[in-house]
Amino acid sequence: MKGRFTPKVVTANDLRLGDVVYLTADDRWSRLHREAELIADEAEAQRRLHFAAAQKLTVVGVCLADAKAGPHGPEPVHFREAFRARGPSNYPHGKQADLT
Amino acid sequence: MYDYSDFDDAFVRTRVAQFAGQVARRLDGSLTEEEFRPLRLMNGLYLQLHAYMLRVAIPYGTLNPRQMRQLGLIADRWDKGYGHFTTRQNIQFNWPKLEDVPAILSALADVGMHAIQTSGNCVRNVTADHFAGAAADEIEDPRPVAELLRQWSTDHPEFQFLPRKFKIAITGSPNDRAVTRAHDIGLRMVRDAAGEPGFEVIVGGGLGRTPMIGHKVREFLPKADLLPYVEAILSVYNMLGRRDNKYKARIKITVHETGVEEMTRLIEDRFAQIRPQFGGHDQALLAEIEAAFAPPAFRDAPTGACDAFRAADPVFRAWADTNLALHRNPQYAIVTVSLKAHGETPGDATGDQMRLLADLAERYGHSELRISHEQNVILPHVHKSDLPALHAALAQAGLGTANVGLISDIIACPGMDYCALATARSIPVAQDIARHFDALKLEHDIGPLKIKISGCINACGHHHVGHIGILGLDRAGVESYQITLGGDGSETAVIGERAGPGFACDQILPAIERIITAYLAIRQSPHETFLETFRRTGMGPFKAALYPDEGAQDAA
Repeated sequence: MKGRFTPKVVTANDLRLGDVVYLTADDRWSRLHREAELIADEAEAQRRLHFAAAQKLTVVGVCLADAKAGPHGPEPVHFREAFRARGPSNYPHGKQADLT
Repeated sequence: MYDYSDFDDAFVRTRVAQFAGQVARRLDGSLTEEEFRPLRLMNGLYLQLHAYMLRVAIPYGTLNPRQMRQLGLIADRWDKGYGHFTTRQNIQFNWPKLEDVPAILSALADVGMHAIQTSGNCVRNVTADHFAGAAADEIEDPRPVAELLRQWSTDHPEFQFLPRKFKIAITGSPNDRAVTRAHDIGLRMVRDAAGEPGFEVIVGGGLGRTPMIGHKVREFLPKADLLPYVEAILSVYNMLGRRDNKYKARIKITVHETGVEEMTRLIEDRFAQIRPQFGGHDQALLAEIEAAFAPPAFRDAPTGACDAFRAADPVFRAWADTNLALHRNPQYAIVTVSLKAHGETPGDATGDQMRLLADLAERYGHSELRISHEQNVILPHVHKSDLPALHAALAQAGLGTANVGLISDIIACPGMDYCALATARSIPVAQDIARHFDALKLEHDIGPLKIKISGCINACGHHHVGHIGILGLDRAGVESYQITLGGDGSETAVIGERAGPGFACDQILPAIERIITAYLAIRQSPHETFLETFRRTGMGPFKAALYPDEGAQDAA
């Protein structure tokens, strides 16, 4: 029996910086999780994944990650994605510092 | 210490130039990621959670001040002002940009360093006792042999595509500070009946998802036979090691599946076959390398002032009691500089700290530095009369923490704060434990205790051989921590025993505190260490302390 599809975002690492990026609905790569396109449909998620994976000069490690809707846009579901969206917990480095 | 020959220098610089070209071709699209990935990994460049990570080898943990300064410069210029020393005596930079990596590698080549073979299925950085060449209990400095193995294994055509990665550790002392029994090959120096130094050879140890203590395949191997013998082990592994299953590809599984006796026979057969091909060139090279590791010109000066200072200054005394080890020259001490200030990240040093350590090594330490697998920095040769001044300088820079070998001297892998493989965080757990027992002012009373934390079953944090081991896992989307007790990474190596169900992130510190409280209550005297108590009582009292409501606990 097929379970209900968990909404996804398309995420990757920037080729040059290594920084975590998210695919937006208007085909940009954003460094902010909340700007990601939240994809509720499985076939559409696969289509967007293929679209993203073709951008070999921009990003590496393209994949889908579970996400949910939040007041300011999509939010991570799993703690690993929460760390990717924020940065390490031992120093104020990464997105938590760069994007505030 | 060993300085690069023209050959070494040319080899490393050629590799830097090749990699610069590979990066350029990746960035202009001539190379795909699939093509580029193995090339970057061959040069120590990983892609982690938030950024690239460059792993730089520190062969057998030895650095000179110039190299340490250069690591500080790299940290400041191309990273975020710090570096992370690892349990394999490497340093990792967590934030390099891809296009900067060739420049970083070039800066490393300028001081005789590189990142070659810090990844991939090849012979990795050969690790050694961090007190090598200084320890009072040492038979011989093992680093010349480690350097010989480095030269032999670098770009060795037969061993670039092993079934899996391969780690060699070596110690020149009967007291094993290099965890030799948990390596693919462990070499422990011993003497034969005639008093000649040689090696006890241990094969098939390892941690990770299938932890195993290595097996002795040779009681005594003469030094002159070392290289052909190690080559024989690698050849047998290269033939028999499983390439069908990554999780069964390490030599520990080969030994387990083949049997120690049969494995020993195969190694000895292969050794007999190749030994005659070693015509003595390796021994001539070893003799040259040994000359480069000649001990420094030790000073002869009174040490009485240090004793008087020790008696008068309790802060210095506390540091001297924990951070000094016996040097073979009684006027000298081995200084361990703790990179475990309470609440800081284990193994991290800032660029400023690296420069200060380089300066202090020049001023007080015969220009030698070591990195330990326990993620501390060692000044191996300090005259006792210099200890008070050294301690004062360290303390000013936040490097005077008196906790070596105590509960806050924790090994922790980067965990999910950085590592793409991790299943949970390690660093915050280490920070919490260190802060907590510091606040209680209990750690000196608790005494010698090694806590080791890994953020996944690959066990970079050596949790299996921690007196208390902590393993971070992902249990249904929540960080969960398993505790093992009674592990030991020394010459009496033992894999720790799992205590029971895991603990949530906010429950791991209370769990550790219950273990410590139980230990303090049941130890026979303050001199009975945690490990001795555990060996006397077994798991029983600790389990009772950990799971007071046994039965009500959810299985993890």
